[in-house]
Amino acid sequence: MNGIPLELGLVLSAVLFVLGLIGVMVRRNLIMILMSLEVMLNATGLAFIVAGSRWGQADGQIMFLLILTLAAAEVGVGLGLALQIFHRFQTLDADSVNEMQG
Amino acid sequence: MMLFLFYITSAVAVFATVMMITRLNAVHGLLYLILSLLAAGVLFFLLGAHFAAVLEVIIYAGAIMVLFVFVIMMLNQGQKTTDQERIWLQPTIWIGPSVLAVILFAEMLIVIVSGGNAETGQIVDSKQVAIALYGPYLLAVELASMLLLAGLVGAYHLGKPMLKKTLGKRA
Repeated sequence: MNGIPLELGLVLSAVLFVLGLIGVMVRRNLIMILMSLEVMLNATGLAFIVAGSRWGQADGQIMFLLILTLAAAEVGVGLGLALQIFHRFQTLDADSVNEMQG
Repeated sequence: MMLFLFYITSAVAVFATVMMITRLNAVHGLLYLILSLLAAGVLFFLLGAHFAAVLEVIIYAGAIMVLFVFVIMMLNQGQKTTDQERIWLQPTIWIGPSVLAVILFAEMLIVIVSGGNAETGQIVDSKQVAIALYGPYLLAVELASMLLLAGLVGAYHLGKPMLKKTLGKRA
């Protein structure tokens, strides 16, 4: 079968993951940070799909489904937090929220 | 041939992601993020995971991105929205995502014309996924539902005090 090599798929997944990580570390806008997190979650899902396709098992797609639910819950809570921060500080700058007494 | 499609789609995904993390405006970045997710959906289809490809387009590029659009639009209210709309309609903003979308559309046409045997990976159809999902992975499904419930409660709790505050200001 003229298949896509496993290594190429995993390399693409790693590249997308690193791009998302760079986005999380470089950007300071909370919305952009959440979008970069989506890219990272999507890259891990791609890795699972590639592996599941390589061995012809359904487990890869099931792990992708679980990552999908995780992303949905994370986006809901994260955007709620972003709204709260915007209403309290009138900005979406992540560096402005450094007043937590932890 | 199908490896060629894989390379083109990978290039689209990586390019769209790079453009996404370098955009200054969140909505422009959102356009490229949607293109990145659509390219990932095409990749899933090429890998033989049809069910995951459909879910990627409907839930990721559809529902979750709509959530982002709602929040961005909620935070951008005010006088400047009209000017922003005028700026957003300039061709330099939407020509990039449009070109990427046309590339993905051309790939879809190629796949349709080539008679449905364009998948390069082993096809894992939705029946296999469903049987595994409600067999050995039943506990994981329950945990996912609990996670979604927790996310729902959390989002509701985070959204409620803000709503009260704004209502109090208006009254």
